[in-house]
Amino acid sequence: MKKEQLVLVGNGMAGVRTLEELLAIAPDRYEITVFGAEPRGNYNRILLSPVLAGEKTVDQIMINDLPWYAERGIVLHAGRPVMRIDRMRRQVIAADGTVAGYDRLLLATGSDPFMLPIPGNDLPGVIGFRDINDVETMLAAARTGKHAVVIGGGLLGLEAANGLMKQGMEVTVVHVLDTLMERQLDSAAAELLRVSLEERGLRFLMGANTAAVLGEEHARAVRFKDGLEIPADLVVMAVGIRPNIELAKQAGIYCERGIVVNDTLQSYDPRVYAVGECVQHRGQCYGLVAPLWEQAKVCANHLARYGIGRYQGSATSTKLKVTGIDLFSAGNFNGGPGCEEIVLRDPARGVYKKLVVKENRVQGAVLYGDTVDGSWYFQLLREGTDIGAFRETVLFGHAHMADSGRDGFSVMTMADDAEICGCNGVCKGAIVKAITDQKLFTVDEVRAHTKASASCGSCTGLVEQLLAATVGAFDKTPKEKALCKCTEHSHDQVRKTIREHRLTSLRAVFDFMEWQTPDGCHSCRPAINYYVLSTWPGEAQDDQQSRFINERVHANIQKDGTYSVVPRMWGGLTNSKELRAIADVADKFQIPTVKVTGGQRIDLLGVKKEDLPSVWADLNAAGMVSGHAYGKSLRTVKTCVGSDWCRFGTQDSTGLGVKLERMTWGSWTPHKFKMAVSGCPRNCAEATIKDFGVVCVDSGYEIHVGGNGGIKIRGTDLLCKVATEDEVKAYCGAFMQLYREEGRYLERTAPWIERVGLAYVKSRIVGDEEGRKALYARFLDSQQYAQIDPWAERASGRVDAHEFQPLQQVG
Amino acid sequence: MYDWHEIGALDAIPRLGARVVKTPRGDVAVFRTADDQVFALRDRCPHKGGPLSQGIVHGRRITCPLHNWVLELDSGEAVAPDVGCATSYPLRLENGRIWLGLNNGTNVSADARESA
Ligand SMILES: Cc1cc2nc3c(=O)[nH]c(=O)nc-3n(C[C@H](O)[C@H](O)[C@H](O)COP(=O)(O)OP(=O)(O)OC[C@H]3O[C@@H](n4cnc5c(N)ncnc54)[C@H](O)[C@@H]3O)c2cc1C
Ligand code: HEM
Ligand code: SF4
Ligand code: FES
Ligand code: FES
Repeated sequence: MKKEQLVLVGNGMAGVRTLEELLAIAPDRYEITVFGAEPRGNYNRILLSPVLAGEKTVDQIMINDLPWYAERGIVLHAGRPVMRIDRMRRQVIAADGTVAGYDRLLLATGSDPFMLPIPGNDLPGVIGFRDINDVETMLAAARTGKHAVVIGGGLLGLEAANGLMKQGMEVTVVHVLDTLMERQLDSAAAELLRVSLEERGLRFLMGANTAAVLGEEHARAVRFKDGLEIPADLVVMAVGIRPNIELAKQAGIYCERGIVVNDTLQSYDPRVYAVGECVQHRGQCYGLVAPLWEQAKVCANHLARYGIGRYQGSATSTKLKVTGIDLFSAGNFNGGPGCEEIVLRDPARGVYKKLVVKENRVQGAVLYGDTVDGSWYFQLLREGTDIGAFRETVLFGHAHMADSGRDGFSVMTMADDAEICGCNGVCKGAIVKAITDQKLFTVDEVRAHTKASASCGSCTGLVEQLLAATVGAFDKTPKEKALCKCTEHSHDQVRKTIREHRLTSLRAVFDFMEWQTPDGCHSCRPAINYYVLSTWPGEAQDDQQSRFINERVHANIQKDGTYSVVPRMWGGLTNSKELRAIADVADKFQIPTVKVTGGQRIDLLGVKKEDLPSVWADLNAAGMVSGHAYGKSLRTVKTCVGSDWCRFGTQDSTGLGVKLERMTWGSWTPHKFKMAVSGCPRNCAEATIKDFGVVCVDSGYEIHVGGNGGIKIRGTDLLCKVATEDEVKAYCGAFMQLYREEGRYLERTAPWIERVGLAYVKSRIVGDEEGRKALYARFLDSQQYAQIDPWAERASGRVDAHEFQPLQQVG
Repeated sequence: MYDWHEIGALDAIPRLGARVVKTPRGDVAVFRTADDQVFALRDRCPHKGGPLSQGIVHGRRITCPLHNWVLELDSGEAVAPDVGCATSYPLRLENGRIWLGLNNGTNVSADARESA
C-alpha cells in the first residue's frame, strides 16, 4: 500500500510534538514532510528566556536536531515558509516554489508577537520576543547599547527584561496597568514581585501609555502620551501574541481569532488539522505549552486513525522563569461571587500564598516565594477535590499533611493518570512505569525517557519523590541532614539547587536558599564555595574569605602559626636542580625542618607567613609549582620505579604516575584525593589504600578506587581492568569527576563509595561508556581553569598581597 | 587610658577578612565584617594560641583556624560550650581610616587581663 502524505506547516513545539506522538503509535502510516519558516530544527521556545539570561545555550534547547528528522525519513524544508495552500489540488507551496502534496495537512504556525500600532514600531531596534533571531538581536543590542525598554509587564516582558538586565543593560519595563502580570497575579503578589525585581535593578513605569518610538535610522527613545521621553537603544514589545492564521485564512479555512477546530483538532476542512497557538478551540486560544501537548496527543490519535480521544480544553498554570523568583499561578485567582480566599503571608520569608475556594473546592491559586506546592494545588483544582477535611492546613503545603499523617497525601497516593509534568503532559503512571521497566535511577534518566521535568523544571520535586518512592525498597526516605546550623537544606539539596538554578556565587546561594545567617559559618561557606566552583568551573567566583586558611594562603598552617611548603614532585621524581633550589631556600629563609613526606616529596616546615611569597618565587624559578599539600584537592601520585628499573616491573608505573599527576593537578575535590601507581602486584606504592590506585599487570592495568589509610583503614575496591594508559587516564578523570560532582564536601572517596555503593559507581564509570566520556570531558574542561599555579600568582605580588603583609607596625 | 594609632584604611582589609597589626606587646588581629564593622582582638586564641587573624569571619564571629573554636568579635568571648576569652581592643573608624586604641598602662585592670 502506498503511504499517505502528511504535511506539517510550522516546525515548532506543537507541530513536532504531534509528529512524535504519531510516530510513537503509527510509525509507518505516513510519509511526512515538514515546512518551517525558521532555518533550523525544532527547539524549546520556552527556554529562550534562559538563553537570553545567559543561563543556557542555543544548543542546549534544541529538542529535535536535523538528524532526528533524517533518521525518521521525514523531509524537512527548514527556512522555507509556506506561502499558499491549494486545497483543490491538495498542495502547499513554499516561498521558494517548493511544492508538496498532502492527504492530510497539519497547521501549527504558532503565533506572532503583537506590535503596538504606534509611529516608529518598524524601526530597526524594535522587536518582539518570539524566536532565536529575536534573542540574537537582543544579545547583539546588549553588546553595543545601554538602554532597553520593554513594553509589557506580563510573563514574557518580565523574562525579557530580566535577561537583558543580566546582559548588562539598563532596563525599564513599561506597563499600561498599575499591576504586573495581571493575567496571572493578584495585586498583592504583583506588588511583591515588582519590589523584588526592583531590588535586582529593573525599573518600572506603571500606568504608562506608549505613544511613539523615536529615532531616524534606529530606535533612540520612547515617548509616552504624557510627553515623557526615555532613551532606548532597544525596544522589546511584549504586549501580547496573535495567532498566526494568515495562511489558513487565505486558503478559505474558517478562522475567528484563531483557526477554529473541533474536539478532534480538525478545522472546517476535515483534511486539515491544526494544533498549537494558532488554533481556537471552544472559543479559547492558548499561549502556553501544556494545552498544546494535550492537543498533540489527541490530534496524533486521529491522524493515526485510532479515532479515540477528544480534546476538551485545558486548565493552565504558569510559572515565571526568572532565576531566584518563585512564582506560580493557576485558575481563577481573583475570586468572585461565592468565592472565599485563604491567604498566608509571611513577610519575613517573603512568602505569599493565596487559594481561591468555592464550596471547598480550589478555583485558583497564587503562590509567591514558596511554590513547591504549586502542582499539588493545581491537581486539587483540576480534580475538583473537596478540601474540607484539611482546609485549615492546606496552605502549609502537602509535606505538612504527610508529616502530620492526617490524610497521608504523598505523590504515591496520586492516581496513575494524575499529571506530574504539566509542560510535557506526563502522568504519574507513565513515570513509574518508565522507572521500573527501564531501571532508571536519576532524574536525568527519567527526563531522557519520559520528558517529565525536561522543560520548565517546576515538577522536578515531584519526579524526585516518585523516584525515591519507586526505587527505594523502603517506603519513606529519611529526611536528609541539614548542611549546618545556618540552613535546613542538606548538602545534596544545596548542590542540586546550585546546578539547576545556575548559582555561581555564595551570595546567590544564600539569597536563593534563604540562609538563616547573614554570611554563613565556617562549615557552610567552604562547602558552598566548593560546590559553586565545581559545578560552574570558569564561571563561579572563588571566594577567598570562604576558604580555610590553608587554601587561602596555599600553605599548611602549623600549630605555632608558621606554615609548611611542599612543592610538587611529579610522580615522586626529582633532580639535582630541584634539590639544590630546595636546599638554597631552606638556608636563605632559615627553615627549621626539612622532611620527606609519605607522598614522595619534600616538606619545608616552619616558614614564616611573610616569607611565603619569596620562598615560592625561588622554588618557581627552579621550575617547581605548588604541591597542593594543603588543599581539598589532588595531593600526590605516589609511584614505584616500575619497569624502567625494577626486575619485577610490568609497566612504566613512574611514567604513568607522572601523566596522571600532570592531568589532575590543581583540581579541587570534596576532600583530599590521593593516587598511586604500582608497577606490579607487589604493590610497593601502596596503591590499594588510595582514592585512585593503579596496579600494573602484564596484560594491562587494574584500577582500584575508594581506599583510605586514615583513622579507619579501607582497602580499595577493584573498579575494572583496562589495557592502555589512555584508558587509565580516561577512567581516572571520569572517576574523579563523578566524585567531584556527587561526593559531599569533606567526604572522602571511601565513605562516599560506601554511601552510594560500588555498583552505582561501576554503573556510571564502567557500564555507561557515553556517561564516562562525558564525565571525563567535564573533568578536562574544568581543569583548564584550575591548572594555574597559585604560588606563581602570589609570588608575583598581584594576587592577595594583603594576606602576607601585616597591616601596620605600631609602637 | 588609650593611645590611639592610625593603622590604615578600611579597604585594606577584605570584607569577612582580617589583617594583623604588629605591636610591642604582640600581634593584634583586626577584623572586618560583611557590613563593614571592624573589631580588634589579640591574635591568640584562648584555646592553644592559634592566630585568629587566619580564621573565617562570619556574622560577628571568628572561627579559629586550628581547632574551630568560635569567638565573639566584640567581646572576644568564646561561644559555648568552649570557655575562654581573647583580649579585645577599641577601634575607631574615621573617614575610612581605622584607629586602634592601645592601653598605655594607666588602666591597670585591662592591662592585667592582657598579659594573663
Ligand atoms: C520567550 C518565551 C517564553 C515562553 N515561556 C513559556 C513558559 O514558561 N511556559 C509555557 O507554557 N509557555 C511558554 N511560552 C509559550 C510557548 O513557547 C508557546 O506556547 C509554544 O511554543 C507554542 O507552540 P506552537 O507550536 O503553537 O508555536 P511555535 O512554537 O511558535 O511554532 C510555530 C512555528 O511555525 C513557524 N511558521 C509560522 N508560519 C509558517 C509558515 N507559513 N510556514 C512555515 N512555518 C511557519 C514559525 O516560524 C514557528 O517556528 C513562551 C514563549 C516564548 C516566546
Ligand atoms: C585522617 C586524618 C589525617 C589528617 C588530619 C592528615 C593531615 C595531614 C596534614 C595536615 C598534612 C600536611 C602536613 C604538612 O606538610 O604540613 C598531611 C600530609 C600527608 N599525609 Fe596526612 N593526614 C591524615 C591521614 C593520613 C593518612 C591515613 C595517610 C597515609 C596513609 C596520610 C599520608 C600523608 C602524606 C603522604 C602526607 C604528605 C602529603 C604530601 O606529600 O603532600 N595522611 N596529612
Ligand atoms: S610494585 Fe612491583 S614493580 Fe613496583 S617497585 Fe614494587 S616490585 Fe617493583
Ligand atoms: S512542569 Fe515544566 S518541566 Fe515539568
Ligand atoms: S587554638 Fe584556636 S581553636 Fe585551638
